[in-house]
Amino acid sequence: MKTTVTQFLVAGTVKVITGIRAVWHGCPPAGARPRVYFANHGSHLDFVALWAALDTPQRLRTRPVAARDFWNAAGIRRWIACSVFRALLINRTKATREDNPLHDMRAVLAGGESLILFPEGTRTLTGETADFKAGLYHLAKAAPEAEFVPVFLENLNRILPKGEMLPIPLLTTVVFGTPLSLQPLEARDAYLARARDAVLGLRHWHRAPEVSADSP
Amino acid sequence: MHLTEQTQHLFLGILAVLIVASGAGWLLKRRAVTRPGLGPVVENLVTRVNAWWVMAALLAATLALGFHATVIVFGLISFFALREFVTATPTAAADHRALFWSFFVILPAQYFLVWIQWYGLFSIFIPVYAFIFIPIRLTLAGEYKDFLERTARLQWGLMVCVFFISHLPMMLTLHIPGFEGRSAQLLLFLILVVQSSDVLQYIWGKLLGRRKVAPVLSPSKTWEGLVGGVLSASLLGLALTGFTPFRWWQAFGLALLATLLGFFGGLVMSAIKRDRGLKDWGHMIKGHGGMLDRIDSLCFSAPLFFHFVRNWWT
Repeated sequence: MKTTVTQFLVAGTVKVITGIRAVWHGCPPAGARPRVYFANHGSHLDFVALWAALDTPQRLRTRPVAARDFWNAAGIRRWIACSVFRALLINRTKATREDNPLHDMRAVLAGGESLILFPEGTRTLTGETADFKAGLYHLAKAAPEAEFVPVFLENLNRILPKGEMLPIPLLTTVVFGTPLSLQPLEARDAYLARARDAVLGLRHWHRAPEVSADSP
Repeated sequence: MHLTEQTQHLFLGILAVLIVASGAGWLLKRRAVTRPGLGPVVENLVTRVNAWWVMAALLAATLALGFHATVIVFGLISFFALREFVTATPTAAADHRALFWSFFVILPAQYFLVWIQWYGLFSIFIPVYAFIFIPIRLTLAGEYKDFLERTARLQWGLMVCVFFISHLPMMLTLHIPGFEGRSAQLLLFLILVVQSSDVLQYIWGKLLGRRKVAPVLSPSKTWEGLVGGVLSASLLGLALTGFTPFRWWQAFGLALLATLLGFFGGLVMSAIKRDRGLKDWGHMIKGHGGMLDRIDSLCFSAPLFFHFVRNWWT
């Protein structure tokens, strides 16, 4: 209960600061199956923004995947990750039989909850999007029952760039694309490239036909 | 402070206009049922009128709460406008700290100067101090690429969204002999004339619009709309003479000045928008677009109207 209230307050605050606008471009806000939202990564605010852009019932059942080495540090960081966002902390280094991130992620999806994932693995400095790591492919293979939704996060690397402490209040758009499914026999690199293109393709979603809005 | 009796009358007038507009929207909606193709236009019209209800109510509440509330509300308007401006213009990672200063120090400081009514510093704080500070802060970030463009963008954003808009609440501090305690009516006069000019230009343009006035910058603006809108809004200014310290021809002249500047303000902001490939500045005001889409015509008219009144009436 306490977590729900905190989550509600945090989502509200983030929405006011960043004026978040969710654009459901390729899928409805709610789906019957658990989802894996995967997005470009340029800022610590990324998962907060994506999470806050979801409708409340979905948000309560969606957990961000975060690096254990960074977020499990003592103090406020850990509290934020675990108590506010119920983050699924995973091992970024080599997976072992007892500590395999894939296993944890599958368990969450099997429990009917959704995940937020950043397949680049880390934030980029330039705002460019790096190649996707193989984890997304393995998860897509291991959890075919889930919907894999590409998401493009606009401006967040400008709001809080890597290395900065204080955010500036710019407007954010979170664009949700059409779910992407792994084709039978699709190779790992082909799938990862397709997934990356799906995210970056959403960059131009608003280049719609020109309509003038100069009227009052 | 309470609303003066004249201000109450002005708001009753606005109320009447809004009731007529909503009534017309309701009638059009009923007719649109039988005429397909009209639906989206009418739907948009109704959304816009609804937003006008909210904006008029907020303005009335703000002015009723007095000077300090007005300063805070226009400070927020500047904040939202600057947010839209910076979002739409390209900035580099090296601009981050200067941007932070602009949003959280320079903007509040400018409105603080309005709050304490320090006219001298108010009128040069952004054009002199912030203008010098921004490039200095950018050199500290140690990036020379596009230096002039990055500096200019930020200075421009501060001028248009913060400095110009801050002249609106500053109008309440003008002391005009024989018009004491009624300076809020000046603010209302300017907003009414400029905003109704926008609406009237739209209506005249829809009714008679043929020849485009700036086909590249703003395809929807026509000569017919411009002349009709500016003239009728200036006549509205003349009709409002009794609410101002002006004579009838002065009220007309100032309204003409404000509406012409309003037109060019809109055109300038539209040129920036088009260069960035945007249709609207934002999505804050349903049916209208962003905050800047609504106040672009006030940006340029506010400072000049302010200085004209300050020079010749105080």
